[in-house]
Amino acid sequence: MTGNDSFIVLRQVGKIYRMGDVEVTALRDISLGIQEGEFVAVMGASGSGKSTLMNILGCLDRPTAGRYLLAGRDVSQMSRGELAAIRNRMLGFVFQSFNLLARTSAVDNVGLPLQYAGVSYRERHQRAEEALRQVGLADRLHHHPSQMSGGQQQRVAIARALVTKPRLILADEPTGNLDSRTSTEILALLQELWRSGLTVVMVTHELDIAEYASRVVMMKDGCILSDTRRQARVADAAVESATAEAVL
Amino acid sequence: MTPLETLRVAVYALLRNKLRSFLTTLGMIIGVAAVIAMVAIGEGAKAQVEQSFASMGANLLVVQSGTTMAGGSRGGFGTLPTLTWEDLKAIQTEIPSVRYAAPVLRSNAQVLTEDQNWTTSVSGTTPEYFEIRSWSMASGTFFGQSEIDGGAKVVLLGQTVVDKLYGPYVDPVGQMVRIMNVPFQIVGVLAKKGQSPMGQDYDDAVFVPCTTFQAKIQGGLQKYLSGSIFVGAASSETTARAQAQIAELLRDRHHIQPGIDDDFSIRNLTEMASAQQEGTETMTTLLASIAAVSLLVGGIGIMNIMLVSVTERTREIGLRMAVGAKPRDILAQFLVEALALSFAGGLIGVGLGVMSAYRLALQFGWPTLVRPEIIVIAVGFSALVGVGFGLYPALKASRLDPINALRFE
Ligand SMILES: Nc1ncnc2c1ncn2[C@@H]1O[C@H](COP(=O)(O)OP(=O)(O)OP(=O)(O)O)[C@@H](O)[C@H]1O
Ligand SMILES: [Mg+2]
Repeated sequence: MTGNDSFIVLRQVGKIYRMGDVEVTALRDISLGIQEGEFVAVMGASGSGKSTLMNILGCLDRPTAGRYLLAGRDVSQMSRGELAAIRNRMLGFVFQSFNLLARTSAVDNVGLPLQYAGVSYRERHQRAEEALRQVGLADRLHHHPSQMSGGQQQRVAIARALVTKPRLILADEPTGNLDSRTSTEILALLQELWRSGLTVVMVTHELDIAEYASRVVMMKDGCILSDTRRQARVADAAVESATAEAVL
Repeated sequence: MTPLETLRVAVYALLRNKLRSFLTTLGMIIGVAAVIAMVAIGEGAKAQVEQSFASMGANLLVVQSGTTMAGGSRGGFGTLPTLTWEDLKAIQTEIPSVRYAAPVLRSNAQVLTEDQNWTTSVSGTTPEYFEIRSWSMASGTFFGQSEIDGGAKVVLLGQTVVDKLYGPYVDPVGQMVRIMNVPFQIVGVLAKKGQSPMGQDYDDAVFVPCTTFQAKIQGGLQKYLSGSIFVGAASSETTARAQAQIAELLRDRHHIQPGIDDDFSIRNLTEMASAQQEGTETMTTLLASIAAVSLLVGGIGIMNIMLVSVTERTREIGLRMAVGAKPRDILAQFLVEALALSFAGGLIGVGLGVMSAYRLALQFGWPTLVRPEIIVIAVGFSALVGVGFGLYPALKASRLDPINALRFE
């Protein structure tokens, strides 16, 4: 199932954290292939290694065993600088806690990755504005994070992930800090990106959130328990909120 | 990132914490201002010493008579006349490295006009004296050889004496004064010369021909020259040689056996000048190094705040790395922040230092001198301090692990 031609290829990847004498095995012998254009939900109990897997996929961390090929390139042996360049060009991150720069406007937050891609200030501003429009925040360009709701902040973060036009979006519990209605809005946004051709990998705890993905990977104790492809449920923020209002 | 971009990000980060940035720079500002002001004071003092030695006369040697021996107690040089007028002539004619030699006979006396009097130094000398001291006239003329030969009753007044007797802005040339009851005609007024390195007023003096001095003030012509001989050497290189040659000549003329002390003294004022200059230079170095310590303290202040800033912004660093900042981008960012802080501090400090040097000069009348090199050195040094003390925090930031940094609370 792990063809070498896949967009993402993990081969017997393991990750062991060493803290003094204690060793914690966070991932063991993970082999996984993800094709371009998939929407993968990673599920599992707390401590099962989901975030560890995401960090490795996102080139934020290196495996202690096995190989990781991203778009055909072996990234498990790359230097910190090379990994930074890969993160900048190929990937977009969405975090549970948004991780926006405080006291910095939405446009500047979104433009941040472009700073490290050598894009001029004017073009950066232009592209950040465009990305913010794409996530529906064209009217909040100069708001600071503290002046926005959680859902809006997460949309700024998604715009930031989009702005470099990456091929892969990685989201670690993107709706973990949001209520169900806002979560649906964020899911609708992620599905829209997926439909436009991006590969999306998302960690979630909730089954109804995972239903929006086209594939669900279940993890347990650092291993993959199950891996199922399925029909993605269509997230429609408008329908969802209408239903919610009707119920109320 | 381009350097300009890095600078923009750094300045933006510093402006987000304006008060803290300012307080951090304060150490640097004070350090640089102190260096500039201290060096300005030191350099000013040095320039003043140089100038006062220059006004004393170039390549000057002073030859004085020997000492008296009375009951085993020795008097100072000049107390026993051993120099003769023949010695003077010999120095003038036999030593090629001597350009001028002039006798100076000195006494204190009262100078009287019709309605004023002033006690001052009266010297009998020759026109060469004014050449040796490079002393020019404000008005009138020097007395010449004919006045010397004829023992003419003419006098040259220093500026202070003119001020005391006639008041400022009066030209007394042609008027008469009385010195020890002898009437003298004023033939010239000397240009203002200022203070000697020891603080003595050069302009509080009058000068008469040496022959007139002998006849009218000292009383009676003598074989001995009861004063000193001022010698102007041909150049600063020949001063020491002239000194040795004069000593040799005088020992020979006075028939002093080898192993016996000189019965005269020769002082080399160029040597005294350089000793004094060394003194002020030592002072400048001392002041500057004290000030440099405060620069160092300023640098430590920057390092401290940069470390705090790195810790505080750990999550920001993690995020920047997550979205593509390379370790060297982070290194550059924090280094440039430290550099911007110290450089800005350096610039403000220069402004403040120049201003306080100016104030000190104005308020206390201290001579101060701000040299452009010092400004360049101070700003350059403060930038160096910024890089030196900013490097460790910046390295620390660049070595952070993106995941741990993002998780940092
Ligand atoms: N930096 C670390 N140092 C040591 N152990 C770690 C570190 N990060 C994670 N672990 C351990 O690795 C295991 C997997 O952690 P991970 O964060 O991947 O779990 P998770 O599935 O994301 O959990 P959650 O759903 O709570 O976020 C855990 O047992 C955790 O204690
Ligand atoms: Mg997790």
